[in-house]
Amino acid sequence: MSGKDVKALILGDAQADRVVPPTGFTARLTLFASGAMAFLAVFALALSMASGRLATRWADELARSATVRISAPADQMAAQTEVALRLLRQTPGVASVRAFTDAEQAALLLPWFGPDLPLDDLPVPRLIEVIETAEGFDAAGLRLRLQAEVPGAVLDDHTRWRRPLVVAADRLRLLGWISIALIGGAMAAMITLAANAALAANRQVIEVLRLVGARDAYIARAFVRRFTIRGLFGATVGMGCGVLGILFLPQVSDEGGFLTGLGFTGLGWLWPLVIPLLAAVVAFFATGFAAHRTLRSLA
Amino acid sequence: MTFGKEKGADVIELEQVGYSYSGAELFGDVSLQLAPGSFHFLTGPSGAGKTTFLRLLYGALRPTTGRVRVFDTDLAGLDRDGLALMRRRIGVVHQDCQFLDHLPLADNLALPLTVSGRDVTAEAANLKELINWVGLTHRADARPPELSGGERQRAALARAIIMSPDVIIADEPTGNVDWDMSQRLLQLLVELNRMGKTVVMASHDLALIRAAKTQVQTRVLRISNRRLQTAGADL
Repeated sequence: MSGKDVKALILGDAQADRVVPPTGFTARLTLFASGAMAFLAVFALALSMASGRLATRWADELARSATVRISAPADQMAAQTEVALRLLRQTPGVASVRAFTDAEQAALLLPWFGPDLPLDDLPVPRLIEVIETAEGFDAAGLRLRLQAEVPGAVLDDHTRWRRPLVVAADRLRLLGWISIALIGGAMAAMITLAANAALAANRQVIEVLRLVGARDAYIARAFVRRFTIRGLFGATVGMGCGVLGILFLPQVSDEGGFLTGLGFTGLGWLWPLVIPLLAAVVAFFATGFAAHRTLRSLA
Repeated sequence: MTFGKEKGADVIELEQVGYSYSGAELFGDVSLQLAPGSFHFLTGPSGAGKTTFLRLLYGALRPTTGRVRVFDTDLAGLDRDGLALMRRRIGVVHQDCQFLDHLPLADNLALPLTVSGRDVTAEAANLKELINWVGLTHRADARPPELSGGERQRAALARAIIMSPDVIIADEPTGNVDWDMSQRLLQLLVELNRMGKTVVMASHDLALIRAAKTQVQTRVLRISNRRLQTAGADL
């Protein structure tokens, strides 16, 4: 397709637009397919973006903190804790350290042991919260130093359980993108079918246009432009409905967790606007493919 | 079989052309030159291949053997776009003339202008004159299905000549109309021929051909027994 053809496709030609008769069935099919697919695409996009935010939050928040657990005889606990705190404060990449108080540790164990836990009678390890700087610390080096100076200390940088969570969120995000791709593919297939039906129903129109000297690009453009506009319009309506659906979802809350976080934030609300444009592009190529194939077969 | 070359550069030239359909030869070894401004009738029994022959002339079909040259261009060397551009110089009228049924007659007649990118508004006066010439002014806003057989044939002729083509190919244009309308259509084609257009018209109506011979110099070609022959003076 030449630049002139593309320009004619975008600007339109009132005369050329009329050569293809309006076909009710294919028009409705295209509008419905693009509308429904755009509606679903909004939710897939929201899912993908929400899981992306989740992955980032988990990765960021958990990556910035670590825990040192000190298991030592009661008479050595305070000394080993002091050594560990000093060592941690001297470690590059550590922003702050703080030993949990007995009350805080009791609160942590409350859900499992109840309110009357006699912490003094139990060999409960002392927990030290370590907050990292943006650069982070060398976990392997710190472990070696702790091993040498505080025999009862164990460093837990949360890697073991943070990684699967982040991987899960990343997979969820990937699933969202795959859904969008599948939705686009399904829409392309449906629009291709509708375009094929329209081309078959308008075989006589094509023959007449050829008889009077119409080039294939002209004939294809008449169909492509019509289906592209239908795809754009249907997807715009579907996208609008999808965005309204997202707006009516419950607001983000800690209690609701991930489900209430499904949606867009800030400039993310602009992303759904891309969907009708993508639908138009899909309709453009799907109809162009169908039209040129049909025109070749009728040559 | 070769027919004598006419004066001037040929608009259409066939060189040992043959056409087979499903392995069976419809006709073969046809060589022919059509000069500018000439008038040809093509006749022959039903199923002899008149329509096929005409379709070869404007590239709607490719010959099985031989070459067809139109305006000094071998049609075998043209792609679909090239054929489309070439067809703008050839007006074609079919017996079962087809239109875009959803458009008014005037828009249908302007279709060749539309597809070639010409400004239809600027050509409005010419279009009006043409519609008047074929006697369809009162039907300009009618849809094609509302037209009678004769009106459709005249409309098809008007559409075929709106681009002022060099050649007019008419396939049994009088096949579905009465004698008076046949005469009227013939008169239009004769007028076009006098304007310098080359006319090739298929017809099995010998009376019409005889009537034409009284008005214009014509050559009558006949497809018979898979060969193209010149018809004798007995017509």
